[in-house]
Amino acid sequence: MRDLLIIAALIGFFAGLFAVLTWAERKLLGRVQNRPGPNRTGPFGVLQPVADGIKMLTKEDIVPAHCDRTLHLLAPVVVVALSILTFAVIPFGRHWLPADLDCGILFFFAAGSGTELAVFMAGWASRNKYSLLAAMRALAQLISYELPLLLSWVPVVIVSGSLSTQGVVLAQSGWAFGFLPRWNVFTPWGAAGLVLFLIAAVAECNRSPFDLPEAESELIAGHLTEYSGFKYALFFMAEYFGMSALSAMAVTLFLGGWGPPLPGLGFVPTPLWFLAKLLALLFGFIWLRATWPRLRLDQLTRLGWLGLLPLCLVNLAAAGIWRSGRDWPGAGQIGRWLGAAACIGLPAAVLLLRAAVRRAPRTYAYRSA
Amino acid sequence: MSFGDLLEVSVGPHHPSTHGVFRMRVTLDGETVVRLKPVFGYLHRNHEKIAESISYLGSMPFTDRLDYMNAMSNNWAYALAVEKLTGQSVPERAEYVRIILAELTRLLNHVCLAGFLLQDMGASGTPLMYAFREREKILDLFESLSGSRMMCNFQRFGGCRQDLSADWLREAGRLIDRFGPFLDEFELLLAGNEIVLARTQGVGVLPRALAISAGATGPVLRASGVAYDLRQADGYGLYPRFPFRVPYGTHGDTYDRYRVRVLEMRESLGILRQALATLPEGPVLDPKARLRGLRPKAGEAYGRIEGPKGEIGFYLVSDGGPNPYRYRVRPPSLINLTALEDMCLGHTLADAVVILGSIDIVLGEVDR
Amino acid sequence: MKGLLQGLRITARNLVGSFRDPERLTTVAYPEQKLALPPQFRSFPFLVAGSAEDPIGSLRCVACLICQKECPPACIHIERSTDKKPDAAGKPQFYPAQFDIDFSVCMNCGICAEVCPFDAIRMGQDYEIATEERALALTWNRAQLTRAVP
Repeated sequence: MRDLLIIAALIGFFAGLFAVLTWAERKLLGRVQNRPGPNRTGPFGVLQPVADGIKMLTKEDIVPAHCDRTLHLLAPVVVVALSILTFAVIPFGRHWLPADLDCGILFFFAAGSGTELAVFMAGWASRNKYSLLAAMRALAQLISYELPLLLSWVPVVIVSGSLSTQGVVLAQSGWAFGFLPRWNVFTPWGAAGLVLFLIAAVAECNRSPFDLPEAESELIAGHLTEYSGFKYALFFMAEYFGMSALSAMAVTLFLGGWGPPLPGLGFVPTPLWFLAKLLALLFGFIWLRATWPRLRLDQLTRLGWLGLLPLCLVNLAAAGIWRSGRDWPGAGQIGRWLGAAACIGLPAAVLLLRAAVRRAPRTYAYRSA
Repeated sequence: MSFGDLLEVSVGPHHPSTHGVFRMRVTLDGETVVRLKPVFGYLHRNHEKIAESISYLGSMPFTDRLDYMNAMSNNWAYALAVEKLTGQSVPERAEYVRIILAELTRLLNHVCLAGFLLQDMGASGTPLMYAFREREKILDLFESLSGSRMMCNFQRFGGCRQDLSADWLREAGRLIDRFGPFLDEFELLLAGNEIVLARTQGVGVLPRALAISAGATGPVLRASGVAYDLRQADGYGLYPRFPFRVPYGTHGDTYDRYRVRVLEMRESLGILRQALATLPEGPVLDPKARLRGLRPKAGEAYGRIEGPKGEIGFYLVSDGGPNPYRYRVRPPSLINLTALEDMCLGHTLADAVVILGSIDIVLGEVDR
Repeated sequence: MKGLLQGLRITARNLVGSFRDPERLTTVAYPEQKLALPPQFRSFPFLVAGSAEDPIGSLRCVACLICQKECPPACIHIERSTDKKPDAAGKPQFYPAQFDIDFSVCMNCGICAEVCPFDAIRMGQDYEIATEERALALTWNRAQLTRAVP
């Protein structure tokens, strides 16, 4: 019974977060673009998600004549179900973990990867060559970024010694120098790991600047061309669930989960810290979407395989140096920091410099009268 | 060449990124474009034929609707053609006014292109909204002068329809002062952006020889390495009084076309400042100008200016009657568009959309 | 990398600025707020009448048909009267028995107002004339077009 309540609360909370996120995204995007965003449906447009929901639910559900009906129906269901499954292993607070699995992190990414299959199901079932092409391109993108996504948290497991999410959060408790929290992001490999994880997460969610599969200026609407009404809403919801889930996992792995940022703030209930960090990351997603154009598919995959993957592997070495230097005395700690920083910093600098040299702004000549 | 297992996609005419009702029949081999045939004519409105049955003055509002973003420039080109046909002279203040309005039009066209190009690249509207914020200020100026934001119908044969008031000049001066910092912010947003660099450098190269032989003009030609600008080459109006520089690129790719336009905007600001500072007094319409009932003597004339998109020209043949015998528009967008297939071959479909955006077409002008 | 981060800074500046600087939130919430129109703004033409008590009788238009001839999309249709009426100066003039403008064709170019020798037709500023029927609801007749100008 208690489990059912937890499940209901989880689904309710994240569905509510989805609604708030769509509203916040439109408002923030509007404000960045010097316009107010939705402001007619309710004060400050807060009822906009309700209006969108009503619209989605009342639209006619058009299914193509010769499509594979089972797969067509199954794809959105699978993608939403797997996304909700991933929430089960995230520790929202000190005692707020729905399912305490020994291999929670593995479970999370296993369920998350299943959603990629649903993307291909959607493209295949539509019996539309454009959808199929777009689905294959989307799949190429998702698979390219699975590896960096997974490799970016392996250092966390190496250092924390545990595959369970609660274990990872507990390993980040405590204070260094009396005030700095021992979050993984405050280490060289952790900062790099967070950046790599977030880049891969943005690509996994098909968010800008990696949203080529759903780009409007591309092959119609991509793999979701043949979906309308509630099924489309389910895909949409799954995208936001994926965003929330990956942000929640980033908070857990790198940002100390439910831990407060300063000593003495322990009286604040831990779920609030988690929520604050989650919202900060989600704001980052929206900020990226507002600013950067999108990458072409081959540039995207090249970034994944030739840019992120080597850096993730090098990050493993940096984490190894960090872990083995845990007990080095005195000045050895400085060596530990410098070693880990150099191990990941130098290759990153080399790659960035090479990219900057290959593509730089140009100067132009003029002809006077 | 057998197209058996190639995919033919029709991009448009209903498409968010084709800048109007324009269709591209693209044949793809995997992801690469192997053939691209543009199909247009969806916005054909018989402009040239209608002009044969209405008076010279009556065609002026229709020229607004050719390249509907640059109404003031189109008006000037047509007025120039009729003035050449009739031998009409234009007072000095009117020439200054025409230059001021044409350069303001160039600003609003290029800023619009920058916004739309980045929108096509997926920047979800942010640069577009900033560009339009500034464009609105210029359009407000046009509205307070001519009565309409875009369909200005302002130039007349022998000058302009209305004089610039002191308030308008003050407002224009303020706008020009604020435009420079806006351009700085806009460039900071995007010029060094690595994603923009990756999407535009090396994409859609138009070789110099092809640009010349295709008859391309305007920023498309200048980005391909030909520093040809009618304002310097032809010296129409009083442009020789305002020395300015013409930027040109060397690679001829999308990045060059985009950057050349941004640099041209800065040069336009220089011309505007000089023109506003030295604006002479006097009438804006020649007292002997005839507007209604104009019957030029039989002959022909070709009037052209360096519009923001390229050389826009009007070729008029008169047979002595009140309506032109033949009225022909040289549409820069259409002529620049003829090189589209060559620019797109070997690139992907996403690039084709960006390349089309960088040529800067307006279907009103392509189809007339 | 630097270019990307600078871009983020500009968007953040606009986001924060949209709450403080009116330059960074330029939307006008139509129809609750409306933009102030400049005096030059031209929308659709109207016929000038001398007095408000007898607008049709005090129309300045003498049905010279110049505006009908010069209108580029030919949306003006005038029927000249067969009799004459004295105008404001007392001189007998024709008057328009029918004066129709099809506003669905009119392109607000203002040439009719520009060429009228009698300043009998001017460009108005009213732009909210949308109707729900399509057929002839946007063709305004003489009575609808007349407006008394002080």
